[in-house]
Amino acid sequence: MNEPAESKKPYLKIRALTKNFGEFVALKDISLDIFESEFVCFLGPSGCGKTTLLRAIAGLDIQTAGSIEQEGRDISGLPPSERDFGIVFQSYALFPNLTVTRNVAFGLENRRMSRDKVSSRVTELLSLVGLPDQGDKYPAQLSGGQQQRVALARALATSPGLLLLDEPLSALDAKVRAHLRLEIKDLQRRLAVTTIMVTHDQEEALTMADRIVVMDHGVIEQVGTPRDIYNRPSSAFAAEFIGTMNFLEATVSASGEVSLGDHRFRCDTSDFEVGSKITLSIRPEDIVVDEGEGNQQNTVMADVRYIEFLGSFCRLGLDSAVFADSDVRADLSIHMMRDRDIDAGTRISVCFPENLIRIFALR
Amino acid sequence: MTRKNIIPQSVSTLFGAALLTFGMASYAATELTVYTAIEADDLKRYAEEFNKVNPDIEVKWVRDSTGIVTAKLLAEKENPQADIVWGLAATSLMLLKSEGMTEGYTPVGADKLDKKFVDSDSPMHWTGMDAWVAAICVNTIEAEKNNLPMPTSWKDLLKPEYKGHIVMPNPNSSGTGFLDVSSWLQLFGEDEGWKFMDGLHENIAWYTHSGSKPCRQAGAGEAPIGVSFAYRGAKVKAKGAPVEIIIPSEGAGWDMEATAIIKGTKNLDAAKKLADFAVSKQANTMYNTVYAVVAYPGVAQPVEFYPENIGDKMINNDFEFSANNRDRILKEWQRRYDSKSEPKS
Amino acid sequence: MTTLMDTVDQPSLGARVKQRISSDERVMRVCMGIIALFLLVAVVLPLYSMMAKSMEDRDGAFVGLANFAEYFSTPSLFFSGINSLAISLLVTFIVIVTAFIYAYALTRTCMPFKWFFRLIAIVPLLTPSLLSGVSLVYWFGNQGIAKDMLFGETIYGPIGIIIGSTYWVFPHALMIVITALSITDARLYEAAAALRTSAIRTFFKVTLPGCKYGLISAGFVVFILVFTDFGVPKVIGGNFNMLATDIYKQVIGQQNFQMGAVVSVVLLVPAVIAFTVDRLVQRKQVALLSARAVPLEPKPDRRRDMMMFCFCSFVALLIILMIGMAQYAALIKFWPYNLEFTLANYNFDVANGGGWDAYHNSIKMASFTAFFGTIIVFFGAYLLEKGRGFAIGRGVFHGIAMLPLAVPGMVLGLSYIFFFNNPDNPFNFIYGTMTILVVSTIAHFYTVSHLTAVTALKQMDDEFESVAASLKTPFYKTFFKVTVPVCLPASLDIMIYLFLNAMTTVSAVVFIYSSDTQLASVAVLNMDDQGELPFAAAMAMMIAYTCATARLLHLLITRKLLRRTQAWRHR
Repeated sequence: MNEPAESKKPYLKIRALTKNFGEFVALKDISLDIFESEFVCFLGPSGCGKTTLLRAIAGLDIQTAGSIEQEGRDISGLPPSERDFGIVFQSYALFPNLTVTRNVAFGLENRRMSRDKVSSRVTELLSLVGLPDQGDKYPAQLSGGQQQRVALARALATSPGLLLLDEPLSALDAKVRAHLRLEIKDLQRRLAVTTIMVTHDQEEALTMADRIVVMDHGVIEQVGTPRDIYNRPSSAFAAEFIGTMNFLEATVSASGEVSLGDHRFRCDTSDFEVGSKITLSIRPEDIVVDEGEGNQQNTVMADVRYIEFLGSFCRLGLDSAVFADSDVRADLSIHMMRDRDIDAGTRISVCFPENLIRIFALR
Repeated sequence: MTRKNIIPQSVSTLFGAALLTFGMASYAATELTVYTAIEADDLKRYAEEFNKVNPDIEVKWVRDSTGIVTAKLLAEKENPQADIVWGLAATSLMLLKSEGMTEGYTPVGADKLDKKFVDSDSPMHWTGMDAWVAAICVNTIEAEKNNLPMPTSWKDLLKPEYKGHIVMPNPNSSGTGFLDVSSWLQLFGEDEGWKFMDGLHENIAWYTHSGSKPCRQAGAGEAPIGVSFAYRGAKVKAKGAPVEIIIPSEGAGWDMEATAIIKGTKNLDAAKKLADFAVSKQANTMYNTVYAVVAYPGVAQPVEFYPENIGDKMINNDFEFSANNRDRILKEWQRRYDSKSEPKS
Repeated sequence: MTTLMDTVDQPSLGARVKQRISSDERVMRVCMGIIALFLLVAVVLPLYSMMAKSMEDRDGAFVGLANFAEYFSTPSLFFSGINSLAISLLVTFIVIVTAFIYAYALTRTCMPFKWFFRLIAIVPLLTPSLLSGVSLVYWFGNQGIAKDMLFGETIYGPIGIIIGSTYWVFPHALMIVITALSITDARLYEAAAALRTSAIRTFFKVTLPGCKYGLISAGFVVFILVFTDFGVPKVIGGNFNMLATDIYKQVIGQQNFQMGAVVSVVLLVPAVIAFTVDRLVQRKQVALLSARAVPLEPKPDRRRDMMMFCFCSFVALLIILMIGMAQYAALIKFWPYNLEFTLANYNFDVANGGGWDAYHNSIKMASFTAFFGTIIVFFGAYLLEKGRGFAIGRGVFHGIAMLPLAVPGMVLGLSYIFFFNNPDNPFNFIYGTMTILVVSTIAHFYTVSHLTAVTALKQMDDEFESVAASLKTPFYKTFFKVTVPVCLPASLDIMIYLFLNAMTTVSAVVFIYSSDTQLASVAVLNMDDQGELPFAAAMAMMIAYTCATARLLHLLITRKLLRRTQAWRHR
């Protein structure tokens, strides 16, 4: 499921989508395919266009140009009521004057379903989201997490082909959020409903999505599985936005070698010409502390400026003439810290493994 | 201004149908819409008397003060709502006549009326009912309190001891007020008249918007002296107010209540019947219960609380003069006296 | 970018996507069109005819600005403008200061009997503005019992207008200022206290800036109300001319409609300017209240609380004296010569002004206005707020809905004569009926009702409609199942607002009532005009009692309904 076959027909086909708000370009020439039963996350900072894209798919804010096809049907200009989707908002948007049961039944009530059928469907949905006994309560009597489950049940009630989630977890506490994350993902897998979720939380995206669409300034930066994007970010933006990344300015000094001042690092420079200015990047957890004196390849002597204790590991702030003003952090396990007796002010030798360095064009 | 272009007919019909659900009055064939300024408590009696002669015509009164009825009639010029006017100042009716809004019709029996009281044109456009004579109302209690002698003439009012004790209607908003001003100009001549008013202005406490208010205020003691008209004075006195009604010795201006058929009425026959009744002896007897001077000679009996021989003091009112010079007089008056806060020129 | 795009055939860029309008959307637009048409007919077109009238001579020929030239060259009329301006500014100052202290006492102190002071401050809203004029005559007129307090000055003039206006506009200002003072964050005061800021400094640096916009808004509201009011100056103004009474004089006294229209336009200008500035200022206001704001709980402070109590008692006393005198005068046989009690002054049928029929008409008119007005206003606001697309149309609609606030009632009334009494007008048939009174009253008080509805609707989640669309529920179902029940309290507020105003208004209806549709408030005016002051006082008190009853009913119904249908509000 993770790697959609090229031959498979996309469930949702977005082509050359552009959205302008007056002068402002919110979406620029977006093209994207989403496949049946897939869980896709639109990830990016606020203002990147991810919600605009979602609302265009829903027909709530129609795009300026471009087309959208759902199951081979062109829905580009259709009003929301003629599209096939269920939607959950950050605000839950539960009808406050209706009970949980009537909220869930809302979309069923005008479908010429018998009363019994509606009622059994509501019962089914409520137990699906884990709220079998809460039907008679009003939304205000529920916790945030419970309300969002009701919203989910309501969106799923009409068995839509596409489920849209607009930052569904952002309004919740960290603990509830982590819990509900798993539940939603589990539910989605069981129902196999094609799902698009908008989020600015990389952790949410990494844990829930089959594929992540990283967006910035109205364009798609990268599309891929969470692992792909984390390990092989295609741009400095994607690299920085997902996970933590150290950035250092450098020059390609020779094929397979970059220099920071006098210091040289071996790495893959195949996309760049010799002499070009680049950004060298490495994740904090990829930095290795070794025994040496800093004279081996890709090794630098650095002073520990501070130590941030983060429970299962520690994050070290490193100072070195090589790094100049750049803020370089390294993540070390608690074991390592104990074994090596590292403290603020300790001088250590750190290594940037050749295969884990990635370089990008200078920003 | 054709609005039909702006508002599509179909929508307006729809809208209209919605609005029709409440409001509209239903029309019976013999229902006559009568505009009037006659006092509310007299209306019922007038209609009853009329119905004794014409039981098949129902009178639908539209009553308001003289100014408002006149304004209403003029505003409705393009689309008159009234069938007939019964009991409005003759000067107002002359204005309507000059606007071409009145129907020429000489009521049966109009020839018996005093010539002063009818339109000189033939056919007549209006016929008078009763006279409405300027008078001074003096509150005896307040006058005594303030040591004010009883005035007997207009010129008396110029005396310095009356300073701040006199109220009179503003001619710009009251027919009675204009009647006073016009009568002074006729009595004293233009120059003398304005000079008189200059002096009077010095003594005026305030000008009112309505013609009956000065007398009511005199009755209530708000002001010791009110320049108003005799009818109102009698009514106030009848209520028990300590007022004396004085018809000034120089003579008093007057106007009359009159009747006129509105041109274009759909109930012309019924309107004519009412116009005929309005000039009858029976009607004039009816007017006499509250008005001392009526149009039908010989009918008038003294009315309680009215000063005696009021008819003799009525000046030979030149309505032509009043009507023709109205704008000029009002403008001049406004220039001289309106807004006491501003220095007089 | 990855592999996905390779097989894609690029559609030609720049082809604009046109949204297909759903049937829902179509119905909504038609509904909005109908309500916009209502506003067009009830507000815009009449105003247009009035403007046109101001540029015609008596025969209806176009004369450009000649009438205006004449107006400005008539010094007394020009001075009326100055008078109106001066009085309005002075009253605005007095009312804002009083209302601010009063509101401060209610919201920021532990003064006792707050409920009483809240209640009493509402009283002027229940009476026609004329009542204060009538009452003042009995207090300070030449036969007034407190005449000597004026030291020989007359009440008929600026003094009377200022006192009378202050009385009736006070609650209007108070409500806005109370709202402004209620919206605050206690943490700001805690921060100020932590920084050892003095009480006075805190007041000027925290309290005042916090309610700055509320005060400005209240100021503009008071200014417009006084500037355009006609009742008080008519009754107590004496020879002191103001623009609003000038219109009356021109139209009723001299039947000079053209000049009346000219004064109307002159009256319209400052009102529209004040209104526009207010709107611009409001736009700048940023939400002070974050979701985490902590409501301020005033702490007792004996000295301050007592001072405030004295101040509020004084204001309350003035209000009671004002209405009390009207009631007393209504029961007196013949002021000042026979002070026996009587109910004769309630025998309205012998007085001019329409008798008891006028009173019944008023109740009928107010009920219609409240009922139909609430439906039109609320539905209009709903379509405006929750409809989608059609941005220009909605902008125009909103603009028209805001317009009536800037249009003085007299101007509206006068323009109704010009517009509706035109035989070519397809709506001509409503002239002289109850309908035209209802339409004009709804139009006259449209803006505040509209804003109330919009505020209530804005508090509802914008996504309800999106969810409903995704569930393929037609908009009217969502409207009746969710929007209406949730906004019920706001709807009831609109209803009572319209009812009270319809009962007490004079300015617009004075030009368009007919003999079948005389109104109680107009009767008060006419009775005073005729000098029948006791009848005027009695009728004004009948209006006051009716309004108080309505207000009480509103309170009870709201409470009951809330308990029954709004159970969801409670946790």
